[in-house]
Amino acid sequence: MSTPTRAPAAAPGIAPDQQRDRASGIGGNAARPDGTLKVTGQFAYGSDLWADDMLWGVTLRSPHPYARIRGVAVGEALATGGVFAVLTHADVPGKNRCGLEHSDQPVLAEDVVRYQGEPVALVAADHPEVALRAAKKIAVDYQVLDPVTEARAALAPGAPALHPDGNLVRHLKLRKGDPAASAEVVVTGCYQVGMQDQAFLGPEAGLAVPDGLGGVDLYVATQWLHVDQRQVCAALGLPPEQVRLTLAGVGGAFGGREDLSMHVHACLLALHTGKPIKMVYNREESFFGHVHRHPATMRYEHGASADGKLQYVRAEIYLDGGAYASSTPAVVGNAGTMGIGPYVVPNVHVDCYGAYTNNPPCGAMRGFGSVQTAFAYEAQMDKLAATLGMDPVELRCLNAMSLGSEAPTGQIVDSQAPVAELLDRVRKMPLPPARAGGIGGPSALAAQRHGQPAFDLRDLPGGVANTTHGEGVRRGIGYAVAYKNVGFSEGFDDYSTARVRLEVIGGEPVATVHTAAAEVGQGLVTVQQQICRTELGVDQVVIHPVNTQVGSGGSTSASRQTYVTGGAVRAACQAVAGQAVALAQRQLGRTIADLRLDGGQFVSAAEGTVASLAGVLGSDIIEETVEWRHRPTYPVDPETGQGFAHVQYAFAAHRAVVDVDTELGLVKVVELACAQDVGKAINPDAVLGQIQGGSAQGLGLAIMEEIQVSDGMIRNPSFTDYLIPTILDMPPMQIDVLEYPDPNAPYGLRGVGEPPTISSGPAVAAAIRAATGLELHRVPIRPEHITGSMPGPAP
Amino acid sequence: MRIAATINGQQMQADDVWPGESLLYVLRERLGLPGSKNACEQGECGSCTVYLDGIPVCACLVAAGQAQGRDIVTVEGLAGPSQLHPVQQAFLDAGAVQCGFCTPGLIVATHDLLSRDAEPTDLEIREALAGNLCRCTGYEKILDAVRLAASRMRAGG
Repeated sequence: MSTPTRAPAAAPGIAPDQQRDRASGIGGNAARPDGTLKVTGQFAYGSDLWADDMLWGVTLRSPHPYARIRGVAVGEALATGGVFAVLTHADVPGKNRCGLEHSDQPVLAEDVVRYQGEPVALVAADHPEVALRAAKKIAVDYQVLDPVTEARAALAPGAPALHPDGNLVRHLKLRKGDPAASAEVVVTGCYQVGMQDQAFLGPEAGLAVPDGLGGVDLYVATQWLHVDQRQVCAALGLPPEQVRLTLAGVGGAFGGREDLSMHVHACLLALHTGKPIKMVYNREESFFGHVHRHPATMRYEHGASADGKLQYVRAEIYLDGGAYASSTPAVVGNAGTMGIGPYVVPNVHVDCYGAYTNNPPCGAMRGFGSVQTAFAYEAQMDKLAATLGMDPVELRCLNAMSLGSEAPTGQIVDSQAPVAELLDRVRKMPLPPARAGGIGGPSALAAQRHGQPAFDLRDLPGGVANTTHGEGVRRGIGYAVAYKNVGFSEGFDDYSTARVRLEVIGGEPVATVHTAAAEVGQGLVTVQQQICRTELGVDQVVIHPVNTQVGSGGSTSASRQTYVTGGAVRAACQAVAGQAVALAQRQLGRTIADLRLDGGQFVSAAEGTVASLAGVLGSDIIEETVEWRHRPTYPVDPETGQGFAHVQYAFAAHRAVVDVDTELGLVKVVELACAQDVGKAINPDAVLGQIQGGSAQGLGLAIMEEIQVSDGMIRNPSFTDYLIPTILDMPPMQIDVLEYPDPNAPYGLRGVGEPPTISSGPAVAAAIRAATGLELHRVPIRPEHITGSMPGPAP
Repeated sequence: MRIAATINGQQMQADDVWPGESLLYVLRERLGLPGSKNACEQGECGSCTVYLDGIPVCACLVAAGQAQGRDIVTVEGLAGPSQLHPVQQAFLDAGAVQCGFCTPGLIVATHDLLSRDAEPTDLEIREALAGNLCRCTGYEKILDAVRLAASRMRAGG
């Protein structure tokens, strides 16, 4: 196997300069094994890889959202000095299709392009600028067509079919109880969610190295090596033995790396030129190079009794999947089955549609279908509370799901579901102090008379832009609660593989963990080490480079890796420990019933320390590979949506406090409070990091983040025009972490990553509504929605 | 063209530089110093922050030729021979590193802040780091790291 000069490194065990007390097992704040590399700039991300004699690959993309290709002329590009190859679909040796759930997307466009940015041709050259300039010389003859740019329009009779089977990707029907149920109090609303970008900071990147024997090694930043390998093999027409993938350092993912980006392209160029190929997207290309969060249009009707008990919910949800399916079917499944929120409702009627359009393809992003619906159902709960004259938290608690409740799918919630407690906890957290100089605080004049600064601009909406000194600023408080399935649902065979090896190195026992599960920043490498320390009683745990030389780890998504790969690592450790104990007993010549590993020793309650692990192992190596599954789920009924669809639910609640300049429409989020049940915090610091980071992404969608698409074209593909929260936008947080164990999960844990992204945004939106008195049906909420100059869609 | 500069205290040279290249490209692709990161390459994210003659800049916005003869310090040049710089250690200890792509830029920016102000308030920290995007952490633990580094450095650590 060929190796690049700068390649992904194994994560070492504990460096000698690190404190021993950070080498903890589960429940401790163990240090990241890749931390020192990351703070010194030594960690090798996909874009940092380098090989002698490598070339640069670039992609020519369609400028049109919908067009026929009548011809592609590459001659002038190929004749450019420094160019080694120009490839089109005709150069794809295998099947020119890829896709996560449906194989519907060309590796390189053939006769039609279905979105702006669709890859059409590739260039390899000895300098990235040479490759870019040559790509501009490729002449593509397009016949431009009228794009389909809205999901409901795509599904209307007479719409042009963008794919052979039409424009419907999936229609999930959820039917429970009486479809025509009535109630004393009814509220309706229509809501929209804009298209959000994952905006991971490390762009799509990788290095493909030909092995000289017709195969290729691909080093790539991704979320699931084996699903990539399957698609790359199909496109190259090669068996898996000849397409070996290794995880490069990943600079964030959040769903945006589930689909292929440059994977096949780099391999094609490498096999064609016989040279290593590096491909790195810049930020603009990244906006075209990965799927986004589905924009949604949602109509809801909630019916309740006069005392606030929900009687029915009816909803119609349209998700714009864009040009290719990606994970739209599963996103529809989530949005539909969990689309009424964590509430008990006897009568439910939901139709959730995912459609093909000529907009940018949409797929996985943190929260995966649950983010969109939470904005709608939580707005409805506030509207219902206002109509009933009830407190919005009381209304939620009155209808909250709990252990033993029946979900709208008919699935019984069979572990703790502390929805009401989470709400109660965020409500009882102390509120931030009133703003000085404003409502509830001393007046500006009074403060000045006493020699005090009346206010600090940095505490106000608009900040040092000096847009207000407090006049027109109103404070609002909003609440939201949400839930999310953990792991892959609806009957998917969701498993992970772990290989654990135990041996003595330098007189000390060392465990090595080998999985194909992607570390994307969340800390899976740390969790794997902690599990090994707990299960094997050793301090030194090495994380082997992550590659396809071991079985699939499944996707780093759906908040599933600590659960599923963690479960696999635990099971492999237990198999290794069992063998070690058996070896010790053979050497001792007797059986000790409770013999176990602890602190590098074999210990028993009755006999204390019996032998050292290093002494027993000697030069022996124990290695076990385990494929581990969570309990099975099942497809839902196609007509009713009923079934045991989800393996586990995870819950979070937020309270948001905002100050809104009602005259200019500027919002400052003053504080976020969050309570989340994580079952068991394997690494409490990392759990807080997930809650803080996830909450920031929800805040972003509520007030600033949107890929603006018009006529199928992205208008803001840069960090100048697509805004993500800065350190000035993100407020301090109060966080309460609950640990109610799930008896079905390893160590009782629940997935952590997604729930805070789901509930933070709706809480912020609710707080802005409370501050302004406006209905605000669309997120992100823009200044013009607040000032009334452009109030958004009518209900 | 040929570019020569002092980088992390060492005289370094790059040949055959195309004039359109940025300092960031030269550091990453020609001089074996990929620690400065390529998140936006247009001066919006701060992940490529380096010192140029003692002033923090986005290396992506500096043309390669502008680096000729200058003194450059990158994230690779901050740690001592046997231990991390207190800012680097604080980012680790505070849990401020997740994916880590923003980390090099934030560490250089924090290094600069604390060299100017040994005891910044939270509002001052936020202002100083407002040009550095992070997508993973929600910034809470980055604030913790800056406070921790400041207190350790004041204590002589």
